Amino acid sequence: MLNVAVVRFPGSNCDGDALRAAEQVGANAYFVWHRDTGLDGADIVLLPGGFSYGDYLRAGAIARFSPIMQAVQRHAAAGGPVLGICNGFQILCEAHLLPGALLRNAGLTFVSKPVDVVVEQTATAFTSAYEPGARLRLPVAHGDGRYVAAPDTLRLLEAEGRVVLRYVPSSEGSPFQPNPNGSANHIAGIANGLGNVVGIMPHPERAADSMLGAGDGLGFFTSMDAKVPSP
Amino acid sequence: MSFRVHVRVMPRTGLLDPQGQAVEHALSALGFAEAGGVRIGRAIELEVAAASRGEAETRVRQMCDKLLANPVTEDYLLEVEES
Repeated sequence: MLNVAVVRFPGSNCDGDALRAAEQVGANAYFVWHRDTGLDGADIVLLPGGFSYGDYLRAGAIARFSPIMQAVQRHAAAGGPVLGICNGFQILCEAHLLPGALLRNAGLTFVSKPVDVVVEQTATAFTSAYEPGARLRLPVAHGDGRYVAAPDTLRLLEAEGRVVLRYVPSSEGSPFQPNPNGSANHIAGIANGLGNVVGIMPHPERAADSMLGAGDGLGFFTSMDAKVPSP
Repeated sequence: MSFRVHVRVMPRTGLLDPQGQAVEHALSALGFAEAGGVRIGRAIELEVAAASRGEAETRVRQMCDKLLANPVTEDYLLEVEES
């Protein structure tokens, strides 16, 4: 059985949903606290959404230095899968486990609504259950989701196929406003070079239960496996 | 010795600063059409114990590089004064 650690920071608020989504696919999921120094034998780490440390200074900036993040760094360096959702994505960027940064939404408002995204890379630890090009409808809920990176970094991400999720352009007839935050290249999620570390702004854990009327996010959890598919 | 250090963290030039733009529009709406180029950053003040002004500055630069500013998106300026 897969051991899935869901990291709880003070201010995490999607931790329970992430735990439940992992349990739904049969994983042994449990919480670890930000002051813990070990992951209790986790195969997979989930950094949930929320407002760790109140988003003080910058979203994710303080969480990055919590004791548990040393263990997450070691886990990722050893090829272990890590998924950062929303605030978790912000933390992964601050921790330099993923390149770039997430800034205030271009429209300045907190955006909470469903968006349509395309799965562009399926050779990652969390998207292998999807077909390449699959369109998903997932909720977003963030104030700081505008992905930015240096032009060289963006070129590299595109050239290496490391854009995992992209907001569907408006020209494709989505009923939802495309790109809710003004992110570069309409990026909604990226991976590291090995595909074991993935950060996304949308919330698949809030769309992982068909009883709640949305199952498009479940694939992120059914994809979970201790080994990472090679790109 | 103790130093009071003023750190000014600003969004990197060329990056979209929607807060600055919104404030610029608001100023214009209030009749201050002469205001332009508004950018919004963050000011941080701290006391630093150090043997010299140079040491204080070096240490605070390290703090900025590690935590106070995000090198991907922000630049910072320091002012050091004896306290």
